[in-house]
Order: sequence, then structure tokens, then C-alpha cells
Amino acid sequence: MQEMTLGTLIAVFEEMFGRGLFWGMVFAALLVTAAYLYVLVRDRAMSMHKFLWAQISMPFGAVAAVAFVLWITRSGLRDIGGPIDVIALLGVAAMGAVGIAVLVYTAQSLARPLVRRPKA
Amino acid sequence: MSRRVELTTSRRGVLGMALAGAAAAGLGAAPAQAAPVRSNARIVIIGAGAAGTAFANRLVQRLDGAQITLLDARAEHLYQPGLSLVAAGLKPAGYVVSRTADWLPRGVTLVAEQAAAIDPEAKTVTTSGGQRLDYDFLIVAPGLVLDHDAIEGFSLDLVGKDGLGALYAGPEYAVRTWQAASQFTEQGGVGIFSRPETEMKCAGAPLKHTFLIDDIASRRGAAGRYEAHYACPQPVLFSVPIVSEKVRMLFGERGIATHYGHTLKGIEPGRRIARFETSAPGADGEVVKSTVEMPYDYLHVIPPQRAPQVIRESGLSWTDKWTDQGWLECDMQTLRHLRYPEIFALGDIAGVPKGKTAASVKWQVPVVEDHLVAAIQGREGTAVYGGYTSCPLITRVGRAMLVEFDYDNNLLPSFPGVIAPLEELWISWLMKEVALKATYNAMLRGKA
Repeated sequence: MQEMTLGTLIAVFEEMFGRGLFWGMVFAALLVTAAYLYVLVRDRAMSMHKFLWAQISMPFGAVAAVAFVLWITRSGLRDIGGPIDVIALLGVAAMGAVGIAVLVYTAQSLARPLVRRPKA
Repeated sequence: MSRRVELTTSRRGVLGMALAGAAAAGLGAAPAQAAPVRSNARIVIIGAGAAGTAFANRLVQRLDGAQITLLDARAEHLYQPGLSLVAAGLKPAGYVVSRTADWLPRGVTLVAEQAAAIDPEAKTVTTSGGQRLDYDFLIVAPGLVLDHDAIEGFSLDLVGKDGLGALYAGPEYAVRTWQAASQFTEQGGVGIFSRPETEMKCAGAPLKHTFLIDDIASRRGAAGRYEAHYACPQPVLFSVPIVSEKVRMLFGERGIATHYGHTLKGIEPGRRIARFETSAPGADGEVVKSTVEMPYDYLHVIPPQRAPQVIRESGLSWTDKWTDQGWLECDMQTLRHLRYPEIFALGDIAGVPKGKTAASVKWQVPVVEDHLVAAIQGREGTAVYGGYTSCPLITRVGRAMLVEFDYDNNLLPSFPGVIAPLEELWISWLMKEVALKATYNAMLRGKA
């Protein structure tokens, strides 16, 4: 790579997924993030009950993300060859885990808003 | 009844985190773009391949008012780095094909004809349709031609039949190459993988094809019932010594036999015999030439490669080197013609020691752009091309080595300390499989 700017990176991603799909995914990610921030601000609290379900879903998100990337790239775990490969794979797993956690938490919060019990 | 624990959040805190995230992501750090240079120069670009297209797109952004003409009869644009993947059954033919016209910016005139003659003294190009184009600057980027006729007994109709492959010839032939190779990976036998003695585009591709077909054969029906032989005219496997040694070790591990000093001269398709001219040092130090015949079940042919006829007849080629090939005589660092300063070479046609790859084009284009714009402004350009070439050298399905180097055979890793150049990595495979075409397309649009 000669120069790596944000513009180059966006151009590469647009080419990789197609302009429509890339911006669609960016939009979906922003939408979920915005919904997440919305429920946080609305509730002014994090529900540990909902967060527990979000946490339970994390390993599934991690495994699904890794499986998806390996499938898309026609490779398998036997191809992991060096430390950077392990780091990249962990990064994919972490993104999958966090992504599904945010999604699960937000979906629960939207479906079942937090009910505050009056203080005794 | 469930116990609920609550953590309090505030609007200010959430907004602060969002802003910090945006700042960390580097938003708002757009690169400054120089103002376009006014010019009414007539610029003719021969060839709308990777080099010609990328250059036209950048020029349109840099110049205002220039008359830019692109000359290419071919309606299809080929993403040639993808041919290795097509010839291993990993991508369909359509993966490498797009339309030339779709990549061209507004403000560029495409003449859908070939260059038939170049007169560097009169500064004109004559097209195959008889049009005469006068130029102030000429960019020569027609690519190269594959000399299939140089292999006796071989013709492109044979590809895909009788165990013959030739992936360089284009997407359709890459698909047919996979038909022949696929049969080999199921049935086994003897596979021979060749390369020519001339300069060639992507010197890694013959190795990639060998590695890929060997890997696939080892996982399919041919497992344990096949031999892989790599035959090359050179005394090494790759021009960069440290890479050559690494490939030698990998070939050793995989059991791929190597035959140095072997130049493919002819085939007998009916009998499945390949004829090689061999050269080896004799007892008195002189090179002794002889001919050997090798039987094959699968043979991958890469023919000698030369400059197109129009270039060789124009008087622009080197006269004291590559005389059988005709590459354009130019300065190694600026790609400017040594006798005609208004002519530049880009891509495969350039008579420089390395760099017949799309990665080289990516680095050559800004250099030529700098010198051309400087010439328009009446000053000297400063950009230098150091021979950068990159090769994501696939070593099996799922792994590659990201090899980058320059004229001096120095390794130039893009990600030093992160992606090791001589290590077989999954991440390097990802770059070839997923990110490379995206980067290539961004380059075509003049954005990378």
C-alpha cells in the first residue's frame, strides 16, 4: 500500500461489497447503534437482566462471525499460520460478539422497556 | 421475581463517548487535494488496461482543459490478477471481466481502435481505422502479447483438452485450464508447470498455479497418486533471492520436483509429450544445450511474452537489450523515454527490470503523473519509481505470502512487524481473495 487514507479505505470497502451493500451495512450498523444509544438515554440505566442475555449471546455471535468469514473466504482453521492470523480471527470474533450483544440488548429494550419500581 | 441491577447513564456521557469514537475513527481527516492545473495539452494514452485507465482517471482530476484521448479496441476490461483464481476453480470467469467504458471518467475520449503506427518524430499516432492523432504527450500502455506460436504444436484451441492449460490467455482459457487441471486433481498422474524465458507479467503466477493445483490434488482423488514438476528456464525459482529460497523450501516440503534450465519448446498433444530445451554447465564451463521429452497428464503452458508489434516497429524499443522482446526504452525511475521526453511507458510495456504487475502500475502511475504535470508547468518532476512490485504468492487454498520488493531485491513490507513477508499466512490470502480486487478497482478509478 502506498497511502492509506480514510477515502482509500472507503473506496476499497465500496468495491469489496458493492456500493449499495456497503452503505446499507454502514446504515444498519448506525441504526442499531443509534437505537442502542436511544434506549440507554431513554432508560437512563442499563438493565443487568437484559445485559445478561446479551452476554449469553456473545459466544454465539463470535462463532457465527468466524464461521461466516471462513466460509466467505474459502478457508479453514488449518490455514491460520501466524500471530497476525490469530489476532485477526480474534478481532472478527470480538466484533461478532459485541455486535450481537448490542443487537440483543437493544432488541430486548425496544420490546420490553425498563419498568422503574417506585422507591420504597 | 427477578432481581434487576441498573447502571445509570446520562445523555452527556453517551454523546461524549460517541464524539470520542468518531474522533478515533479519524473522521474529518480528508486529504487536501491540489487545485487542477490549466492546460490545453493533447495527451494520447495507448491502452485502456490497468495502467491506461488508472492514469486517465488521475489525469482528469489533475488537469483542467487538457484533451485526453484513450486508444483501445477491446470492449472488455480484464482483472488479470484474478485469472489464477479462475484457473483453480475458485472464481467464475465473470470475476475478471468488466467493461472498459465503465471505468472511464467524463472528459476522456475513448477511440475504440488499436494503435497501428507511432511516429515519435512527427508526434502522431495512427489508428487501425486510419485516424491520425497528434499528441503533445504520449503514454504507452498497451500491455504485452503472448506468443503462443512459439510453442511448437500448441494452439489455444487445445486448452482444456488432453491435459493442457494456459491461464494467461484470458478468462475463457482460464476456465478451460481448470477443466484440464481439475481432471488431474481427481485422476492424478504427472503434472508439469512451466514458465517462459522472456520477461513476463506476474512472475509469481506460475508458482501460484503450481501451489494451488498441487494443494487441490492433495485433497482430492489424486491424493497419493500424482507427481508435480516445475520446469523453468532460469536457474532460480524467483528473481528475488530470498523469496526464491523460501519457495525452494516450500516446494521441498510439498514434494514438488524442480527442473531448472528447462525451456518449453514444443508439445505433442496426442502423445502428451512436452519437449524442453535444457541448458546446463558442461565440464569445461560452457553451457551445454540438449532436448528432453517429458510425458505429462497435465501441462500448464505459459508462452514467451513480447511487446506488441506496433511498439516494436515504432523505434521506441530498447536496441541493446531484450531485442527479441521489444520493451520500451525508458528511464527506470521516471519511466520517461530516453530519446523522446514527451513519451512515457506504463505497465507491462516498460523496459525496466521488474514490474509487470498491477501493483507496479499502482506505484508507476503517480510517478508518471508527477513528471507529466511538471512538464506541462515547465518544471522538473521529482517523483521516483523504485521498482516496487507486490505479489500475494498463494501457497495453497487459504494461505499466501505477501511478497513486496523493489529493483534491488529488497523486501518492502507494507505492514512491517505485522504481516511477515515470507510467512504463509491466512491474512495474506484474505488480501488476495477479498481485498485485492477492491484495491485494484479503486486504483482504476484513480482513488488509490
